[in-house]
Amino acid sequence: MIFEDEPVPGYPLPILAGHTSPGRFERVLRAGQFAVTSELAPPDSADPEDVYRRARIFDGHVDAINATDGSGANCHMSSLAVCALLTRVGYAPIMQISCRDRNRIAIQGDILGGAAMGVCNLLCLTGDGVQAGDHPQALPVFDLDSLTLLETARTLRDEHHFLSGRKISYAPRVLLGAAENPFARPLEWRAQRLAKKVAAGAQFIQTQFCYDVPLLKDFMRHVEDLGLLDKVFILVGVGPLRSAKAGEWIRTHVPGVHIPDQVIKRLAAADDPALEGRRLCIELVQEIRTLKGVHGVHLMAYRQEESVAEIIERSGVLNGRVPWYPGRDPQTTPNRMAS
Amino acid sequence: MYALRQWSVRHARGLNAFYKGFESCLVRLHPLLRRIGYQRLERPVAALERSVKGVLFDCRMCGQCILSSTGMSCPMNCPKNLRNGPCGGVRADGHCEVLPEMKCVWLEAVAGSARIPGGMQALAQVQAAVDRRLQGKSSWLRVVRQRVGELP
Repeated sequence: MIFEDEPVPGYPLPILAGHTSPGRFERVLRAGQFAVTSELAPPDSADPEDVYRRARIFDGHVDAINATDGSGANCHMSSLAVCALLTRVGYAPIMQISCRDRNRIAIQGDILGGAAMGVCNLLCLTGDGVQAGDHPQALPVFDLDSLTLLETARTLRDEHHFLSGRKISYAPRVLLGAAENPFARPLEWRAQRLAKKVAAGAQFIQTQFCYDVPLLKDFMRHVEDLGLLDKVFILVGVGPLRSAKAGEWIRTHVPGVHIPDQVIKRLAAADDPALEGRRLCIELVQEIRTLKGVHGVHLMAYRQEESVAEIIERSGVLNGRVPWYPGRDPQTTPNRMAS
Repeated sequence: MYALRQWSVRHARGLNAFYKGFESCLVRLHPLLRRIGYQRLERPVAALERSVKGVLFDCRMCGQCILSSTGMSCPMNCPKNLRNGPCGGVRADGHCEVLPEMKCVWLEAVAGSARIPGGMQALAQVQAAVDRRLQGKSSWLRVVRQRVGELP
């Protein structure tokens, strides 16, 4: 799919009617395409080339790249900085904001700053507890929670003022996202929690890793019963497992990841567990794609980022579509001022 | 106190009813409270509130109590101070990601809310961001003043 006005690095796209952002990601979603997003592991480095190298791996296969904000409570290059580097060359980042490390003053400043640098998508998260990461002695802030963070961002965007009521002269034009974990207890209340997030401003959702489709189906049924299917774009989280051991480690150490026993067993029985892990991931993507109300997948392949292209190719979810990346259309010339 | 806190959630319905009655009593006492002076009452009432709610709910004195919207499970006991529902890190056994020995405050809140008439609707309300200035202040006095229109 090619828009007549593909992004020119540094220039925002015009905002179409009914859209809230000038971003390419929102356009893909609202055009009814099956969207693909992935996650960039931010470098432990101050070298911008480390960011670009990690982004290029996804070229032609993803519609947007999540820039994580100290995920797992580990210290890395900041989400805002990764986004600033990505937007410079035209990538569409999803800026993750966690409530763990910053209070409402810092967060509102970052939202304005991010939008000013061309960030069109925000993902509002609570954040992992500091005990999970490499600085367990740090102060957990949690001044806001994911819901009040969503409301804060929406207030900035739609009401053009800070939480304090003080006016802002130019609102951040962003698509608002949130996370949900359909696989964690209380299972029966998870769809309700999604409803709260939608009420607080969430326009898209990226879920935790899905390895259990029946549970996802239950969740989607609840979501449909609550009348949310046409109110929010749901992207289901998926990822390849490298081995049974890795799977076992993830489900015991990473908060909120549910991996059924049969998945571990299947990997343990395979001759080439990594290949089997990718195969399983492809099968999951293909099955998830058929579910009503699912608008895409969020492929998290930590330390296996090079497998994203293969998984997306072989699952066929892009239907021949080539998402934009810097240099895709060499004929495009930056000769127009947009919006 | 953890056991008592769990008892409170199990008896959320009764406690909520009692709380409602207690609130009405306080509201009726407003003329008297105003005569004595809310400023003067703040410290003793906050101390009383701290001890009563401390025993029953492990209250953290956020000063803006929402217990009846959270099934009598105090959300400030959540290590992430979540007031709008559980995070995605709840363990398979229903315990907290941060404090593995504690059951998730929000699993309790959902169970407690199911026992209170209208509790699930209250749970679905989006709670505003916490006003950190109210930490340590009496929520009871604040509610009375809100009910009679002295405070927004």
